[in-house]
Amino acid sequence: MPTHDRGADPAPEVRSDAVLDTVGLFCPVPIIRTSERVRRMQTGEILEVLSDDRVILIDMPAWCRSTGHTYLGSRQGGAEYHLFVRKGGER
Amino acid sequence: MSDVTEVPARRRFKAIGLISGGLDSTLAARVLLEQGLEVVGLHFSTGFCMNDHRRALARPDEDPRRMRNEGLRAGADLGIPIEVLDAGEAYLRMVLDPKHGYGKRANPCIDCRIFMIHGAAEYMRQNGGDFVFTGEVLGQRPMSQHMQALRLIEKECGIEGYLLRPLSAQHLLPTMPERLGWVDRERLLGITGRSRKEQMSLSEQWGIQDYPQPSGGCCFLADENFAKRFHDKREHTPVEAIRREELILLKVGRHFRLTPGVKIIVARDESENRFLERFRNGGWCFEALDCGSPITLVEGDPDEPTRRLIAAITARYSDRRHEPFVEVAARQGDREERILVPPVSDGALQAYRL
Repeated sequence: MPTHDRGADPAPEVRSDAVLDTVGLFCPVPIIRTSERVRRMQTGEILEVLSDDRVILIDMPAWCRSTGHTYLGSRQGGAEYHLFVRKGGER
Repeated sequence: MSDVTEVPARRRFKAIGLISGGLDSTLAARVLLEQGLEVVGLHFSTGFCMNDHRRALARPDEDPRRMRNEGLRAGADLGIPIEVLDAGEAYLRMVLDPKHGYGKRANPCIDCRIFMIHGAAEYMRQNGGDFVFTGEVLGQRPMSQHMQALRLIEKECGIEGYLLRPLSAQHLLPTMPERLGWVDRERLLGITGRSRKEQMSLSEQWGIQDYPQPSGGCCFLADENFAKRFHDKREHTPVEAIRREELILLKVGRHFRLTPGVKIIVARDESENRFLERFRNGGWCFEALDCGSPITLVEGDPDEPTRRLIAAITARYSDRRHEPFVEVAARQGDREERILVPPVSDGALQAYRL
């Protein structure tokens, strides 16, 4: 059963509109792919990003803060993290 | 009828900047934000960042804060959007054959600046923007930040007059953004040299506290050990035939050149073992049996005596290194050989070490 990771806001029971699997990809490719994917989504939609890079728990909130999206938090399932991003009005 | 004349709002000029996340690029962006400009940051991922490599190794004892992406962190702190760009294959080709040569190590600093500023100019053309800026400081770095180099970089990027260095601007010729009044030259800075005193003082004044220690020490290309391996690779492989994976492998493990055509990489710990596993492909791979052992990856096609030497080196770094003989498995695809060898002595090993 997924558990909430420490140091990030627990994600509410959000339903994602799209899923992006970046497991096994090295930094910063997951952020680049997230940026590309979010660009194709509508404002308010939620992207779920899968990653096995624990530092993404620091990078993803920073990327959201800088680009105007909302970081909704993350859940951990085994060695994978599920991060949730709501698309905002980009800066 | 109103007697107030409507004046069109002054357009907000947009600056596209290279943001590594270090103190200089952060301050350069802040100087422009202070003047009310719109700032967009570009952070290039070159494949040679030490932080990124530590992340790929995923050692459980590493502090994640030390491995974060500093460009993203800076963008969040400054409140500016950061676009992370993959420098990709074109960057690798430049690194392998830089027009302006290398610095003391494997650092092609002038070509690297040209590559990134050129990329920023291209981004500006595609996405809008009025000029490009960087955190370069006149006289700070010996290869790429003296007056002649700064001029050369600007000229080769094809954006003459539209490249602003806010930290040293008062020592440089006025750029178009200054001449056209988009930026107030008086409020740009006149920092020169290697001392970081002024930057430290400004960071304190602006409450910028969370930044990596300034040193430029996060790039493998400027690292002495990496440079030895890099130049060895260039010496023994035609530059056009060098693949991205071969450069990635230069960052990991212990490297030994055994013959002109054979080089080996011996993992240093479990994390490196896991990392090297991903690059086994169809080549030779050695491992001592029945004990904790590094994985040894082989580049090239070793003959029988060379395979015995590789086995002896693998045995030297295994948990059975103090035993007189160690059995080592040498695998290539489905093929496996068992080789019983004494571990090589440290003295004999030195001749091969890169």
